[in-house]
Amino acid sequence: MTEHPAEAAVPHDDHHSPEAIKKEIRVYLIVFGALAALTALTVYACYGLKMPPHIAIMIALAIASVKGFLVAGFFMHLLSEKKLIYSVLGLTVFFFAVLLWGPWHHFVDMIGK
Amino acid sequence: MDSHAVAHGEAAHHDFEIPYNVHPRPDTGLYNAKLGIWLFLASEVMLFGALFSSFILIRTGAPSWPRGWEFLNVKLATANTFILIFSSVTVVLAWANLRLGNVKWGRIWIGITLLCALLFLVNKGFEYGHEFEEHRFPSTNNFLAIYFTMTGLHGLHVLGGVVVFGYLIGPGAKMWKTEPGRYTNRIEVAGLYWHFVDLVWIFLFPSLYLM
Repeated sequence: MTEHPAEAAVPHDDHHSPEAIKKEIRVYLIVFGALAALTALTVYACYGLKMPPHIAIMIALAIASVKGFLVAGFFMHLLSEKKLIYSVLGLTVFFFAVLLWGPWHHFVDMIGK
Repeated sequence: MDSHAVAHGEAAHHDFEIPYNVHPRPDTGLYNAKLGIWLFLASEVMLFGALFSSFILIRTGAPSWPRGWEFLNVKLATANTFILIFSSVTVVLAWANLRLGNVKWGRIWIGITLLCALLFLVNKGFEYGHEFEEHRFPSTNNFLAIYFTMTGLHGLHVLGGVVVFGYLIGPGAKMWKTEPGRYTNRIEVAGLYWHFVDLVWIFLFPSLYLM
């Protein structure tokens, strides 16, 4: 296989300049470090400290949400994506919320009893 | 074939070429495969969303619930979490290197991603093997039914990633010679799928192993 210049592989604009791509790589490595640290923190807080279930659930889900944001925002580039993708995801989030409404309703009912 | 026929043939070939495989559509700013993968991922969110929804419903309705860490292999699952996170960064590094025109490192990072996916499956195999040895099956209780269903479906997605990356580093890599931009886009799209697989595990891991 031959080496191709970057210009051959991608369309031209400022986001695809070699400098911008090298900057992106640094961001990816920082995000990776953050994800690894958060994973270690989750395991330590929930498994190492043997927390009560309700506290473990809150801590684990809070950290998982931050990790999810990092993966979706930086690795999947959702922080700077096109409008059509946001529209598709907006619809997805709505139907996902509908799916979770059932269990939530059930949970609230149980608290009342 | 005379020159007119050749010219006509070229025009016909051009007419049948699928547009926006490499460059984005001016109105959406997206190339075909990128829109396609996001629509696919939207359907995947609903698939796993339904399972998570059922999980929450069954768990909140249960009078008692086992704690996963008391009998599941948390160390192996933690190792698998690090493996998936690492593979998420290797796939974006592959994409970035291809955009820089560095196909050698692009391929190396794809290869490492593939190895990570295989390692994840091997670890999962050991984990399942241990559960079966201890006579813990999907039919044993609700927790194990959910555990095997969700991790099994996730494992199938990892296997899907193995097939895709295996193709892209093997026979599919020929495309770099003829259409480097399109090959780079394929890596981006495969990467988006892979990040989603990582994202699902990020929520599965604490839900099943740490609570």
